[in-house]
Amino acid sequence: MATSTTSPGGFFARRQTQRRVERFLAYFVVTVLAIGYAAPFLWMVSTSLKAPSELDSIPPIWIPKVLQFQNYPNSMLQPTRYFPLFYENTAIYVGLSVLGSLVSCTLVAYGFARIPFKGSKFLFTLVLSTMMLPPQVLLIPQYLLFKQLGWLDSLLPLVVPHWFGSAFYIFLLRQFFMTIPRELDEAALVDGANRLDIFWRILLPLCRPILITVFALTFVTQWNDFFGPLIYLNSQKNMVVATALRLFAMSQQALPIHLLMAASVTSVIPVIVLFLFAQRAFVRGITMTGMKEG
Amino acid sequence: MSSQSVTTAAGYTRRRSFITRTDLIGWLFISPWLIGFVVFTAGPFLAAFFLSTTTWDVAGQWEEVGLRNYQKMLSGGDELFNAAVRNTLYFVVFNVPGVQIIALALAALLNQKLRGIAVYRTIFYLPSVTSGIATAYLWATILAKFGLLNGMLALIGIDGPTWLYSVDWGMPAIIMYSLWNVGTPMLVYLASLQGVPVHLHEAAMIDGAGVWSRFRHVTLPMITPAIFFNSVLGVINSFQVFTAAFILTGGGPANATLVYILYLYQSAFMNGKMGYASALAWVLFLVILAVTLVQLAVARLWVYYEAEQPTGRGVG
Repeated sequence: MATSTTSPGGFFARRQTQRRVERFLAYFVVTVLAIGYAAPFLWMVSTSLKAPSELDSIPPIWIPKVLQFQNYPNSMLQPTRYFPLFYENTAIYVGLSVLGSLVSCTLVAYGFARIPFKGSKFLFTLVLSTMMLPPQVLLIPQYLLFKQLGWLDSLLPLVVPHWFGSAFYIFLLRQFFMTIPRELDEAALVDGANRLDIFWRILLPLCRPILITVFALTFVTQWNDFFGPLIYLNSQKNMVVATALRLFAMSQQALPIHLLMAASVTSVIPVIVLFLFAQRAFVRGITMTGMKEG
Repeated sequence: MSSQSVTTAAGYTRRRSFITRTDLIGWLFISPWLIGFVVFTAGPFLAAFFLSTTTWDVAGQWEEVGLRNYQKMLSGGDELFNAAVRNTLYFVVFNVPGVQIIALALAALLNQKLRGIAVYRTIFYLPSVTSGIATAYLWATILAKFGLLNGMLALIGIDGPTWLYSVDWGMPAIIMYSLWNVGTPMLVYLASLQGVPVHLHEAAMIDGAGVWSRFRHVTLPMITPAIFFNSVLGVINSFQVFTAAFILTGGGPANATLVYILYLYQSAFMNGKMGYASALAWVLFLVILAVTLVQLAVARLWVYYEAEQPTGRGVG
């Protein structure tokens, strides 16, 4: 400030102009980038409504002459590729996995956050360290285990492990439990409530935001999961949407692009709707994770 | 956890020299994880190492071969392994910095208190929510010979390559798809940027610092923890790239996009070499562990932590 030769008024005026120029530039750049990032989605929707003759044209056609809405039923409701069945399988897979994660992870996280049992520190470190493990290391023995149990080509290998907690969500929930004042459950304990009462009646109602976060994150992860279903599900009647899409993109009577895109658009609608309704829950989950390092 | 809280929480004042009721209740609560850990993590982890010392095949036939699987890889005798390592390193080297730069740039723009910020944030984050098979096929159509990208390039007079069928352009195409998906690190950066005190910026402005030098000397040092966090996760995830290569190129042409997990998948589930694939998995685990440890060690040199820690800390 000592080196500034202009009056304070001049400084503020200059700063305001500078600020305005910066804002304009920011608007311009962010809009260009947003168009770039949105373009693939727009292309997906546009392609899904095209007639076959419009597919490979140069320059690209963004708005089809006639919107071919029948592409949607045509892509998904044929007897040979009856998508409602795959959606049903996906709903069962996602529903049971998400429920399992919610139940098991909250119980475990409560144990780590609130009960001073022997070995809790060591075991929690173990929980965190399993996050470092690339899942592929466990893949083959798990596969052989499920094969031994006769679970291949069923949803069991995809669902059952979720009922035993997963490190990331245990961590997330525990972090949240830690922010709730301990005095609450200690008072209840003195009044003769047992641990399960405290967990169920006092903590869970306060945890709605983080439970929604865990729900949203697990839902999207499971809905998008491809590797698990690819490995464990073989027969067509057991497939989920993700593997069904691949089947019909690959098979001899491969879906033409406009139909494949119609089926793809439909398959991302559930996660997009969930995201639009629960944006804040997603943001909370991600920023809480980012915080753990600093 | 202080012994004080132990006493009050448990409701009595005994010294904890043996297993108490509290211990039992605690173990009961965490038992789902404990059982899962033994059955689905620790067991398979050790079993994978055992399998990696055998020739285990789909039929369950096997013989002990010691460390020969590892020898085969490290001696360079497996051409496919060499290709997989090369391609994966290519991906990691370009994808990790690329994602960081784009995610940070987007976050910095979103941090400008612009109107309609929620709409922009949604657009940039959406690819992360829909990441999966559907968008992989979308990109396959975009990157096709007569796809959207080449169509747009043709408008400005460029004759685009056959991205997904080209030895040279296959990997860049996969990386391009990956750079579309930067929502999660972007949000971490955004949260970190919002934590940079405004008064530091004001002070720098008064000293006449422009946008770039404020970013370079004020913002960047303050968000090094976020950069560190995103880089560590980015490296771990990038080593595990699979779906993009599996759907877009299938590893071709001429194995130019055969990435590590794709090779592991092919070895185990298409060629039935469970033993060898387990060795591949263990090598990946050791590499990721080593790289992460190096990053942690080097972090002290460049990651800046404020004296007062945010409350979210405390995991150790």
